[in-house]
Amino acid sequence: MALTNEYIQQRLQEKFGELVTGVEQPYGMFTFEVPKSHNLKVMQFLHDDEALGFRFLTDLTAVHYPDAPGRELAVVYHLHNLAENVRIRLKVFTAVTEPDVYTATALYQSANWMERETYDFYGVNFVGHPNLKRILNVDEMDYFPMRKEFPLEDQTRIDKDDDMFGRGGHIN
Amino acid sequence: MPRPVRFNIHPKQADIHDNIAIADMPAGLQGEGYFATSLEKVVGLARKNSIWPLPFATSCCGIEFMATMGSHYDLARFGSERMGFTPRQCDLLMVMGTIAKKMAPVLRQVYLQMAEPRWVLAVGACASSGGIFDTYSVLQGIDQIIPVDVYVPGCPPRPEAILDGVIKIQELVHNESLRRRNSEHYKNLLGTYGIQ
Repeated sequence: MALTNEYIQQRLQEKFGELVTGVEQPYGMFTFEVPKSHNLKVMQFLHDDEALGFRFLTDLTAVHYPDAPGRELAVVYHLHNLAENVRIRLKVFTAVTEPDVYTATALYQSANWMERETYDFYGVNFVGHPNLKRILNVDEMDYFPMRKEFPLEDQTRIDKDDDMFGRGGHIN
Repeated sequence: MPRPVRFNIHPKQADIHDNIAIADMPAGLQGEGYFATSLEKVVGLARKNSIWPLPFATSCCGIEFMATMGSHYDLARFGSERMGFTPRQCDLLMVMGTIAKKMAPVLRQVYLQMAEPRWVLAVGACASSGGIFDTYSVLQGIDQIIPVDVYVPGCPPRPEAILDGVIKIQELVHNESLRRRNSEHYKNLLGTYGIQ
């Protein structure tokens, strides 16, 4: 049988029950949320189950929601069933004060560099990662540039008129 | 229908009389069988017309530079015939393109490996000031890490502009005092960049 979104949802809810929340289907892509303590268990189930078979991690990134206290950082996993060509999206949320999420490197080798990148830009601490250090930015960087509190522009620059370049004031 | 083909069977004889660029003689004392001038002027003249550029091309300005080096614009007309891809032998570092902060130590290393006298040409908005990349990952102008002699504006500059920049460098080379590189002023200038 074809791997439909309804079937994936049914299997997940049979196995994990109330832990699966926030189910939606933007543009037809099945999306759901689990507590961060269960991200590995859910991915292991999706990976190992014969009928589901999500054996490929396409993408791993994070989103910063500064206005959601306690769940500021969302870590997003994109999983792919290569045989059925079905993609799903898995989200876990964590507080920015305690950004610890279990690493998926044991399950998917491709998670290694993507978790380093996510750490580099958002400061998500992937517990158990074999080599969690910056991958793209300079090693001397002492902040996580994609978090919303840091402006995009280089703050060391003094030769530009701030009013003309949207710095120093508010965005709106 | 066959295309009309014209063969060049009556080639025009090239008029090379008065059409070859020859460097002007420096001011000096001239008589029958001798010419006297200062060594500085002779060295300046020789250096000016035999600059070896070292291209450091990272993005679209590098493409413009390739056109500048090509037969159409032909940087070789100005004595800069030979690109050197080793910093040890080159006189002019041409930085073309966005320099990310992670690339900055590499560029600085290349500059330090060049022997004195050395000149630097920053081509394009990114190399000169960071350009549109006013962001945390891009160096806001290479003059934050190495001294720059001539800036070429443009995004990217046309080959004519790059040629103009090279000619400006030639003027600097031509008029530079032989003592400049040993002066306190020059040492202080390098000192502000942390170069001994």
